[in-house]
Amino acid sequence: MDIFNLIFSFLYQFGDAFAFLVLSACGLAVIFGMMGVINLAHGEFIMCGAYVSTSAVHAGLPLPLAIIAGAVAAGIAGMIVELVVIRPLYQRPLDTIVATWGISMIVTQGTLIVLGPSMQGVGTPFGSFTMGGYSYSIYRVILMIAAIGTLALLWLMFTRTRFGLLSRATIQVPHVAEAMGVNTNLIYSLTFGLGAALAGLAGGLYAPTMTLVPTMGASFMVEAFVTVVVGGADIFLGTAPAAAILGIIKAALTGWQGQLAGQIGLLIAVIIVIRILPRGISGKILKERA
Amino acid sequence: MAETSRLRGILRLVEGPQTLGRGPKFWAGFALVLACACAYPMFADSYDVGNNVYFFNWLFMAMGLSLIWGYGGSLSFGQTAFFGIAGYCYGVLTINLGDAYGLTLLSLVMAVGFSAFFAAVLGYFLFFGRINGVFLGIVSLSVTLVLERFMAQTAGPQWAIGSARLNGFNGMGSMPSLTIPWPGGSIVLFPDLPLYYLTLALLVVVYLALRMLVNSRFGNVLVAIRENPQRAEMLGYDIRKFQLGAFVIGSSLAGLSGVLYTSWGNYITPASMGMTAAALPIVWVAVGGRGDLTTTLVGTLAVLIVFQMLTIYGSQYALIVMGVLLVVTVLVAPRGIVMGIVDASRRLFRRKEAR
Repeated sequence: MDIFNLIFSFLYQFGDAFAFLVLSACGLAVIFGMMGVINLAHGEFIMCGAYVSTSAVHAGLPLPLAIIAGAVAAGIAGMIVELVVIRPLYQRPLDTIVATWGISMIVTQGTLIVLGPSMQGVGTPFGSFTMGGYSYSIYRVILMIAAIGTLALLWLMFTRTRFGLLSRATIQVPHVAEAMGVNTNLIYSLTFGLGAALAGLAGGLYAPTMTLVPTMGASFMVEAFVTVVVGGADIFLGTAPAAAILGIIKAALTGWQGQLAGQIGLLIAVIIVIRILPRGISGKILKERA
Repeated sequence: MAETSRLRGILRLVEGPQTLGRGPKFWAGFALVLACACAYPMFADSYDVGNNVYFFNWLFMAMGLSLIWGYGGSLSFGQTAFFGIAGYCYGVLTINLGDAYGLTLLSLVMAVGFSAFFAAVLGYFLFFGRINGVFLGIVSLSVTLVLERFMAQTAGPQWAIGSARLNGFNGMGSMPSLTIPWPGGSIVLFPDLPLYYLTLALLVVVYLALRMLVNSRFGNVLVAIRENPQRAEMLGYDIRKFQLGAFVIGSSLAGLSGVLYTSWGNYITPASMGMTAAALPIVWVAVGGRGDLTTTLVGTLAVLIVFQMLTIYGSQYALIVMGVLLVVTVLVAPRGIVMGIVDASRRLFRRKEAR
């Protein structure tokens, strides 16, 4: 019985870490995979989603709708940012990092000035269940389901819809796609919006479990970066397996030594992975397939 | 005889294709600026002099980033990590060793050496893994953020190295300032005249040395790598070694900044490595013009002064202004504002001449 409890506890920890990694990274990964742009304002889109969904709950909206509202708001903000700042910089990927960092500074400090140093949260819903003397949050289990659901929906979107087809064509050979009549600018804009919306979704989902401060985005950044670096450019072949592997490392180290050890472990894992697989897991898989 | 001509050859590298500014006009201007800087303390009170030293402290880090990013083309967000490592290292060493017999200078060298070592280890994994520019940025940023979080949780007596308490989020204080051993009592370098002249001298030496470095063979290869890594590799250069070399030198300069800053204020906190702190060197260097040491120097100094004025008159808006400045620079004047102005005025002159 004890061993069962131990295994369950570890699985729960792993699922929690996996969900956090997938949700915080997939927005970043979609944008990076499509456009080779690392969006340093990613954390701010997460913050935007969290703030909007929390305000929506305060305004009386039920939580699931509020979370979707957060994602939509972040998505719209993302499309605006793409139009104004990212589009002129497509030929200079390093400069997009710098520009998005500028946006991140503006948004963080702007939120601090306009909305103050913190916002009242909504409290984690659904309570908890007990198993073998330990209590587990039900909401965390829902987050795990949400992570898997998000991956499934993204997969359907990229493989079954017209947007998916056009966007995959745009990734592969942008000029040919353009010559075939694909409006690549629109695809880029939509993709950036999608990435931002996924960030907003992560923010909305995690808003009830966190304190809402303007700098909250930064607490997602390390995990998101690390997952994208290990995963590489492809979200399904890269981000998901990377999140699984890193989830094990994080859960084990967090259970053993605490949150910070988990993060340091992730970072060391990443630095070693870079040395062995410079293009990430997906780069390795795609190379072997080719 | 052969040695003097070799020395002359090295000294001649202070002018070259990789640096702006040459000829008697430029050096006359340089001498004038230097003379003004030397004369400055005579006309200013000691608070302003100390404040200027504060500005000077950051310039080393900015020039290091210019070398890594502007000349080498690899965007590192890790400057503040090395800044913090060296700062903490200096604090731990001086608190344990004391400040007698010029041991603080030894601590300075060891702290900078330690940050260089850390940069070499990190750089080995990054550059020999051949990761591209974008990933280098985010990995170095992750390292910085995790280091900040690690230092922020080192509160409590169990986190002490020797007699130096790390003090977590509140930061480490009361380390001795730099001292120079001198017959008849060593000179303590408080933020005042002696420290001003020492920092200024160090700045001039580092500036000239970096100019020679980027105009040397090493610098030319570095620029070739920035322009086209594949081509540089096909020409037979091991680009990883050159990039690593630039990274280590640039990061040690950040470490030097860290030591000088810690000694200047007798204080270092984890916040000096955080997200905001890490963004600032990028702002200075990008706005000033990362592609050249002189524009970096001028731009960084200008942005620092503007930033301080902003924090005095409207502290909360200063970071927003910095963010806007960064975005606008990247969009409008990708080579930096100094170069933007130079280009624009040159265009204006040409038009006048054509008429």
